[in-house]
Amino acid sequence: MANKIPRVPVREQDPKVRATNFEEVCYGYDESEAVLEASRCLHCKNPRCVSACPVSVKIPEFIAAVAARDFEKASSVIAEDSSLPAVCGRVCPQETQCEGSCILGVKGEPVAIGKLERFVADWTRENGVRKIIRAEPNGHKVAVVGSGPAGLACAYDLAKWGYDVTVFEALHKPGGVLEYGIPEFRLPKEKVVAAEIDDVRAMGVRIETNVVVGRTLTVDDLFDKEGFSAVFIGSGAGLPRFMNIPGENLNGVFSANEFLTRNNLMEAYRDDYLTPVMHASNVVVVGGGNVAMDAARTALRLGGKVTVVYRRTENELPARREEVHHAKEEGVEFRMLSNPVEIIGDDKGWVRKIRCIRMELGEPDESGRRSPVPVPDSEFEIEADSVIMALGTSPNPLISRTTSGLETNRRGCLVADGDGVTTRPGVFAGGDAVTGAATVILAMGAGRKAAAAIDRYLRSK
Amino acid sequence: MYKILSKEMLSPAICRMKVLAPRVASAAHPGQFLIVRADEHGERIPLTISDYDAAEGTVTIVTQKIGASTKEICALDEGGYFEDVVGPLGLPSDFVEKSDEELKSSRYIFIAGGVGTAPVYPQVKYLKSKGVPVDVIIGAKTADLIIYKEEMASVCDNLFICTDDGSEGFKGMVTGLLEKIVLEEGRKYTQAVAIGPMIMMKFATLTARKLGLPMIVSLNTLMVDGTGMCGACRVTVAGKTRFACVEGPEFNGYDVDFDEAMRRQGMYRKEEIEEDHKCRIR
Repeated sequence: MANKIPRVPVREQDPKVRATNFEEVCYGYDESEAVLEASRCLHCKNPRCVSACPVSVKIPEFIAAVAARDFEKASSVIAEDSSLPAVCGRVCPQETQCEGSCILGVKGEPVAIGKLERFVADWTRENGVRKIIRAEPNGHKVAVVGSGPAGLACAYDLAKWGYDVTVFEALHKPGGVLEYGIPEFRLPKEKVVAAEIDDVRAMGVRIETNVVVGRTLTVDDLFDKEGFSAVFIGSGAGLPRFMNIPGENLNGVFSANEFLTRNNLMEAYRDDYLTPVMHASNVVVVGGGNVAMDAARTALRLGGKVTVVYRRTENELPARREEVHHAKEEGVEFRMLSNPVEIIGDDKGWVRKIRCIRMELGEPDESGRRSPVPVPDSEFEIEADSVIMALGTSPNPLISRTTSGLETNRRGCLVADGDGVTTRPGVFAGGDAVTGAATVILAMGAGRKAAAAIDRYLRSK
Repeated sequence: MYKILSKEMLSPAICRMKVLAPRVASAAHPGQFLIVRADEHGERIPLTISDYDAAEGTVTIVTQKIGASTKEICALDEGGYFEDVVGPLGLPSDFVEKSDEELKSSRYIFIAGGVGTAPVYPQVKYLKSKGVPVDVIIGAKTADLIIYKEEMASVCDNLFICTDDGSEGFKGMVTGLLEKIVLEEGRKYTQAVAIGPMIMMKFATLTARKLGLPMIVSLNTLMVDGTGMCGACRVTVAGKTRFACVEGPEFNGYDVDFDEAMRRQGMYRKEEIEEDHKCRIR
């Protein structure tokens, strides 16, 4: 009875040890663990996991190959639909997607699809068996703006179909949020991110770093000067939000983007890199999403005592359960139902404490979540020498402001339909630039849809 | 990799480099900056563009040795390479958007301090090419720290120099010299622009306000990405938080909270000193 086997637990670095290093938290399955876990899959006739996957990986098919120890086949099944399996196996919110819809999860534990995907991707990389399947070049040039998950997924599919694809990246390293946002201990940079990007390059995709579209080149330049026939914009949502409370510009207050970029992209936690980062002793992180968890756990690893302040309750935390669980295990403290009202500094302008107010949950708002309301006269202070604001991000206006005919909505997101078709012919968009900050896998899904739309557009021309 | 075509020391602590970066060169305008990284372990360092030549595909940057990273930049040699050069970043100076007609009626006075003299040069050169009358004040501690004297003299109408110790030109600060040429010599300007150390821009703005002269300043804040992502560069302008990298670097001087800007500029001073004193043998 396959479904009598309990879900195979995954080995992790000891919380006490890992709270002091930047090595990966989760070790992943070994071969026998993966084969055993794969044997739990019921191979449903109508696999709900596949439709719950934004890039429609043929999950039962690759799991069957794992169960049969044909890892090479499992690898090529995944490669048909996903350009970044080692990334997705690590950072996708499987609990609300594939695993969340697994039949086994109704009465027990779902198949560990994410950990199996990660196993296959890691095995593929370690054994160097990735195959390049590519159509004959068709002579059409397509530009992809941004080398994050949306851009990479779009570029991968287009290259597979024979397009000549160039990806333009503003930073000095490709990967977008995979490189600057998600920390090493959750997503190793050299081993995983760089390796998967190399796989995209192996498909014939060129990646040009240090090109800020909207500054170095405009979208018009891409068509008129550089000879591209279509442009995909996957420039993400990079602008950090602040609370606009007093004291937010004190020394020691950072956006999570700044704090994480210094550590991840610029590798400030390493002695052999020059970029500085503040090693604070009492850090307050404001926010409850995955970025807040990443910032909190990074600050902890730099030697600080860390408190996450969130205005709703634990049930409403937008971060993945696994991340919250890991953060707690490592010693991050949580102050729920609390909202900052002021950051207080010393006479030199450095943060000393943060004043918060207690909140309670009121009536549900339009999103269906109960909105927090302040409790009168309930202010309290937390000592802090650093405050990190992780309140979400919005799309960068650099491209929309320098491109005529490209509409944005009132949140600054590019207007595009479900296929990524924007208001300007030949320009497509997807990922956070269209939706506002979301997940890696949704961005990849949008990149793939736009690739298909670009293919249809160029064929019909 | 971006090749360094030429390098010269303008003073013992200030070097000028011409770097091959064709895309940056053809998109650059006066007032914009770029970001360089000396090697793969280096910091992203924002530097103002001191000149650009689209035909040649080059940009010129001037760097003063201040911390570990700027020393590393100045240690690179002619024929060597920058790991990364990205730009142009920030918004061009306001006058780039102005019509020739609007410009014709204006008279500019630039106040350049220290290494900030270098980015003044392309602005003056641009205005001169449009036939706008431009005077320039260069201020430095001592005569040997003055840079861009000949270059500036070749593109401006009147060049005024001051040094703290009087070793060249007017003895005193740029503020004193500005007052002198406006009040005593009766020179008239419609717009002042100050680029240099934050403290100089603060006091130059106070003086300009006293003289009823509109003032634009170029803020050299801390930055990481330079594209609006990190917010390290945030400054308070007219009571609102603005990002110098994408909304600046130039702002109306009257509106800038200089004290906050100076305090924020020193945020990593402790780390920088430690980095500078660290053994670099690998």
